[in-house]
Amino acid sequence: MKLRIDPEVRPVVTSALALSGAVGVFALAFGVLAVGAGANVWQACALSFFTFTGASQMSAMSVIGSGGSVGGALGGALLLAGRNGVYGLALSPYFKDSLGKRLLAAHFVIDETTAMMTAQTNPRLQKIAFWTTAIALFTLWNLGTLIGAVLGSEIDPHTYGLDVGFSAAYVAMLFPHLQSTNGRIAATIGAIVSVALAPFVPIGLPILASGLAIFIGLRPQNLEAAA
Amino acid sequence: MNMSWALVIWLSIGAYAFKMLGFVLVGTRKLPDALSRCLVLIPAALLAALVFNGTFTNAHSVAIDERAAGLLVAIIAAWRKFPLIVVVILAAATTAILRAI
Repeated sequence: MKLRIDPEVRPVVTSALALSGAVGVFALAFGVLAVGAGANVWQACALSFFTFTGASQMSAMSVIGSGGSVGGALGGALLLAGRNGVYGLALSPYFKDSLGKRLLAAHFVIDETTAMMTAQTNPRLQKIAFWTTAIALFTLWNLGTLIGAVLGSEIDPHTYGLDVGFSAAYVAMLFPHLQSTNGRIAATIGAIVSVALAPFVPIGLPILASGLAIFIGLRPQNLEAAA
Repeated sequence: MNMSWALVIWLSIGAYAFKMLGFVLVGTRKLPDALSRCLVLIPAALLAALVFNGTFTNAHSVAIDERAAGLLVAIIAAWRKFPLIVVVILAAATTAILRAI
């Protein structure tokens, strides 16, 4: 097969592949951590294939890993998944396709595809950016999970500090959200609530309760641009 | 351990429902400003909660142990913009070493 890529498309494809490579490595970490938290290899893989939204998968497994119930794990994970609904709103105007194709595309509406697509300037590149990122990222996310889960089955999570791995991954994901004042306030309230409630309520519930911190967004808006 | 296929199935259904909700059902209609300002804060509130709950509690008690050192290393590494996998490895290694000695 002769591969011919026009110069306008090339940077879009290379950044989609680079991004997907980085995400694939993150998937390795997810696979290891999920198995450490009590999932079997197939459950970890099914989460990556069918749930396909990293922060939610991580959050569900860390609540389970610390002894929480399925309900507790679902609550926080679904709240985190809720932001994909907001991305969907942002991307929707770009898609003029049939309902069937939109329903398929919806599965791939996540942080990375949204970022890649909205960074492009014309409809053709937007489409290429979305689908290239979606396909490459989905492939590497699932491959990474499988390899990580198989490797993770061989080691003891506590000995290797993997329980802290979850928190470390969240810290890295959290930083970009601390650029706005509201983001910093919400994070501070969330952190305090999550520890303060722990002695008194079922495991997983403090995470869910910390979600109430988002209502800080209702305070009168100042001059700062929304993040 | 409470891991189950029910979690996998419900989380997958829920996650897809959210993705589809904005994308297919709401379409091009616009959310009220105040609601969008709240929704963008979900990751900040929840990720911070996951970090602190995961580091400073043991089921129902508050604790400061080897995990806190791992978190400190993670914060420094993330602040220096290290790749996510490096942040995870450094934090896990810090905690693992402290547990071993």
